[in-house]
Amino acid sequence: MSNIGKAFEKGKAFIAFITCGDPDIETTKRCVLSAAENGADLIELGIPFSDPTAEGPVIQEANMRALSNGITTDMIFEMVRDLRKVTDIPMVFMTYANVVFSYGTDRFMRACRDTGMDGLILPDVPFEEKDDFAPEAMEYGIDLISLIAPTSEGRTVMIAREAKGFIYLVSSLGVTGERKDIDTDLERIIKVIKENTELPVAVGFGISVPEQAGKMAAISDGVIVGSAIVRIIGEKGKDSPEYVGEYIRRMKAAVLSSDTAL
Amino acid sequence: MTNARGRFGKHGGQYIPETLMNAVIELEEAYDRYKDDEDFREELDLLLNEYAGRPSRLYFAKNMTDALGGAKIYLKREDMNHTGAHKINNVLGQALLAKRMGKTRLIAETGAGQHGVATATAAALMGMECVVFMGAEDMERQALNVYRMRLLGADVVPVTTGTATLKDAVSETMREWTRRIDDTHYCLGSVMGPHPFPTIVRDFQAVISREIKDQILKKEGKLPDAVIACVGGGSNAIGSFYHFIDDPEVRLIGCEAAGRGIDTYETAATVNTGKIGIFHGMKSYFCQDEYGQIAPVYSISAGLDYPGVGPEHAYLHDTGRAEYVPVTDDEAVNAFEYLSRCEGIIPAIESAHAVSYAMKTAPEMGKDKIIVVTISGRGDKDCAQIARYRGENLSE
Repeated sequence: MSNIGKAFEKGKAFIAFITCGDPDIETTKRCVLSAAENGADLIELGIPFSDPTAEGPVIQEANMRALSNGITTDMIFEMVRDLRKVTDIPMVFMTYANVVFSYGTDRFMRACRDTGMDGLILPDVPFEEKDDFAPEAMEYGIDLISLIAPTSEGRTVMIAREAKGFIYLVSSLGVTGERKDIDTDLERIIKVIKENTELPVAVGFGISVPEQAGKMAAISDGVIVGSAIVRIIGEKGKDSPEYVGEYIRRMKAAVLSSDTAL
Repeated sequence: MTNARGRFGKHGGQYIPETLMNAVIELEEAYDRYKDDEDFREELDLLLNEYAGRPSRLYFAKNMTDALGGAKIYLKREDMNHTGAHKINNVLGQALLAKRMGKTRLIAETGAGQHGVATATAAALMGMECVVFMGAEDMERQALNVYRMRLLGADVVPVTTGTATLKDAVSETMREWTRRIDDTHYCLGSVMGPHPFPTIVRDFQAVISREIKDQILKKEGKLPDAVIACVGGGSNAIGSFYHFIDDPEVRLIGCEAAGRGIDTYETAATVNTGKIGIFHGMKSYFCQDEYGQIAPVYSISAGLDYPGVGPEHAYLHDTGRAEYVPVTDDEAVNAFEYLSRCEGIIPAIESAHAVSYAMKTAPEMGKDKIIVVTISGRGDKDCAQIARYRGENLSE
């Protein structure tokens, strides 16, 4: 099992997304550690991109803040190297195809392995284009995470069968960001996924309050929360690690309380 | 094994969120079904002829030819189409296709506003809802086109993210499409984005070169020596080139917006200054920094102010079949004024980039040579801005 699998070993997982370098690398590090201490099972580290087409306004703005501070891919690899000295929590990158492609796919995946990353999510690389990245990811033991959306329909089976790490199930149409209601029939999609892979399924997009997290965790193996955390960091800046930790503690409690014996 | 669809050499592809994959697959299937369907072709041809005013004229620019003293210059008058630009060719095709697919709502990005106006026009004609995303900066530069779109019944949504220009409008339209797919068709305005858009838009714009070929053979009895068009995303250029690609004796020249010059950061000349990357659904050339962050680009022309280029142009560049030359703001404004005075034709500032290169290259060619320049749009929309460029403030 890959290191990512460990995130799902102790029951339902809580996955926290953080944009690297917002407002600075030091705060990102402290947020990661605070998230880990307060119950996060896996950290998704966003490498900022100038034009994040799958993101809603909250994460778009975090990307802009980080980039205007001069954050680069190399600085983020350095940060991961430092973090790995103090935490072994599973970590994956979330970024866009061009960030990896321009760095050199082989060079990027090697740096992921050398610094201690476990996986990579590229929201603008669907199944049909994954051969641009998958061979190098596999060579260096980096799980290239597949996304499945409510609109995937007949594509779900083929995606699930070739998936690595975990399945990122997109809860609803649209871009990332907090939503009041999620009314997609996720249980039906999860059933199809489970028939085709042993991998855990985590639900993301639109989850921000404990009640939603509980609901989503009840039908899946974990929940992913991004915008709500990034919003706290945007508001509290350098003081955010404490608030991020407190928020994650509440969310993780909701996730765990949903844990029914399967 | 995954397949490599919609590739032009190594360029193209479908780099989009999973949420949109079935939408582009559905679009491709519908296009394959209707592109050779007799009823569809007939309805589209009728619209192009009776509504848009095709075929557009191939006009011999005698004054310009005499003044430059070299090759004979013909102007392909896409500016005389309904709505004032080549954009209508593609939009009528896509809107008709969207209707066949049961879609009731069109969304589109626009830079200069020409594609937005064309989309709003088609939506009005066909009784569809229309939302156009436009950079806030461009809305200011092209206020007249904003008014035209609203007059035609479209919602115009200002995009304030990033550089608030065309690239951000494309991003926002993609985001909107992931929010609402069922009843909505993304009417993409150029030969860019994920497959099948570069192919669909090229096919609908190829009417330009099909007509040029017929018209020039009738007038001159031979093919032109060069075809010149401006390139942002590249739809009027690919339309002008397409039926000449297999005629190697015809030089194909795309004119990129160099802004303040390709040795400055204030440029939008993608082929000349960019490198290969993946963005907005496609692999192609993009202006970007060493970490793959898309660069803010600049041109006086809102329609060419885009950091990428269509994948088929990237391929034509790689193979050497087409040449891509930079033209600065200054050169384009000079050409804008030159064509107005010399031929009584006010070209769009985008098209003026192509006119400028023709002015440069015609005198170097013999009098027995022939150049066709595509005038992709008319310049009424640009008058206030060019006046400002010359230090004159027009009040309306």
